[in-house]
Amino acid sequence: MEGVMHFGATLLTMLRDVAPIAAILFGFQALVLRKKIKNPARVAMGMVLVLLGLTMFLEGLEMALFPVGRLMAQQLTAPEFIYGSETVVTGAVQWFDFLWIYAFAAAIGFATTVAEPALLAVAIKANQVSGGTITVRGLRFAVASGVAVGVAVGAFRIVTGTPLHWYIISGYIVVIIQTIWASKLIIPLAYDSGGVTTSTVTVPLVAALGLGLAETIPGRSPILDGFGLIAFASLFPIIAVMAYAQIGEYRAKRLKRRNTQK
Amino acid sequence: MHPADNPLVSHPRKAGRLRVIWNNLRKAAEPFTESALALVPIVLVVAFFQFLVLKQPIPNMGKMLWGLLEVLLGLALFVRGLQMALFPIGEEMAYNFVRKGNLWWLLVFAFALGFGTTVAEPALIAISEEAARIAASGQVIADTIEAKGSYAIGLRLTVALAVGIALVVGVFRILKGWPVQYLIITGYFGVVIMTFFAPPEIIGIAYDSGGVTTSTVTVPLVAALGIGLAHTIHGRDPLIDGFGLIAFASLTPMIFVMAFGMLV
Repeated sequence: MEGVMHFGATLLTMLRDVAPIAAILFGFQALVLRKKIKNPARVAMGMVLVLLGLTMFLEGLEMALFPVGRLMAQQLTAPEFIYGSETVVTGAVQWFDFLWIYAFAAAIGFATTVAEPALLAVAIKANQVSGGTITVRGLRFAVASGVAVGVAVGAFRIVTGTPLHWYIISGYIVVIIQTIWASKLIIPLAYDSGGVTTSTVTVPLVAALGLGLAETIPGRSPILDGFGLIAFASLFPIIAVMAYAQIGEYRAKRLKRRNTQK
Repeated sequence: MHPADNPLVSHPRKAGRLRVIWNNLRKAAEPFTESALALVPIVLVVAFFQFLVLKQPIPNMGKMLWGLLEVLLGLALFVRGLQMALFPIGEEMAYNFVRKGNLWWLLVFAFALGFGTTVAEPALIAISEEAARIAASGQVIADTIEAKGSYAIGLRLTVALAVGIALVVGVFRILKGWPVQYLIITGYFGVVIMTFFAPPEIIGIAYDSGGVTTSTVTVPLVAALGIGLAHTIHGRDPLIDGFGLIAFASLTPMIFVMAFGMLV
């Protein structure tokens, strides 16, 4: 019974989030375009499926993964785990005391991104539009590897306390250099993949990690340093997707060269 | 994936009845296999860190399995709904706007979609309240409920405005066929320059606000809109011109939020 109530509450929140979008769509469709939607029953059914699906997805995450994920982020960043004792070593924090945290940051960044519904949507669309040359799985894994590296570097930044903007600016420089040589077919998709990675699944867990880390390390402010992980998670996928395409091209070229030599 | 295996395109093929049934079964199972694949890494990560690193049992195993089942089913339903509603609506509206031939209405629609979907975004509401607290503790604004409330709303409106403008610029780019990288890299320079003038406490929030604006329902819709436009307009390539709208929507909020931080 309690479960049903909770499900209902989540469904209502979802409904509230989707209502303005639906209002804009149907408002413009009815008032400006003055056209009837094709297959209205099918579209309505699809909307219901989207709502129901997202609600179940969130409910399931809230039940199965968020509590244990948050708990793990807390436990891994707790001083007892890092220093092996309750006494916090005062003085300089050594960045290599936190190796498990970087590993966890990378792993959780990768895992949550693979499960991200918005990324799945874009991957399906990219697969469709590219006629199958961009695979759904390939794109998802490329983006997820980018987020993994991004969140790990972000955790390193919180530990060392170095300023955020130097990392981001360096990332931009890498993106610009890659863009010069990247195939123009992949550039827009790569740029887009930065924005789609961070939503329903990634943000709660990654934010919990950043907050826990900033609370444990002396001299970090949870509010100021806890922020900034999401910025990493939306920059590195751009680099990863372009790299994925560039490596694929390079290998295809090498294969071709080898074949002509034979 | 080979085009013939693409579950999104129906391929009428001559085949035996068993073959047809098998193909239909496979088609029906496709969303489930994709969502099951989505869950494998997350389960592995949790299991590895829980058992081997933290050396603790998983609390409430039954509840966890039930939750995972719900995630699986939910994702499969979402993907189905995507293909029935969000993708076709986005593309159909793009087509209708181009047919109507009125540029201004298309731009108004793009702005409304960006602004409307962002202003009520829960992640943004959370972040702007957090930002108001930081500003109050840093004595940028008065530490009263009214001052913090108006700061948070100001920030929300700023981000929503930024996303609205992003979609207008992005749609205009598709119409013109400009390469996306020139605009985005110009935006990067904007971000870097603003970083040196913006108050330090706003920078982290500004950088993060780019990532949180694009929600799970907005992304497929906006992607479909862009691709629909690129399909309908003569001489545009869906891959080169259709993508890129989301990139704008996650770039402009950074610039606008830093500007907001400088003005307040």
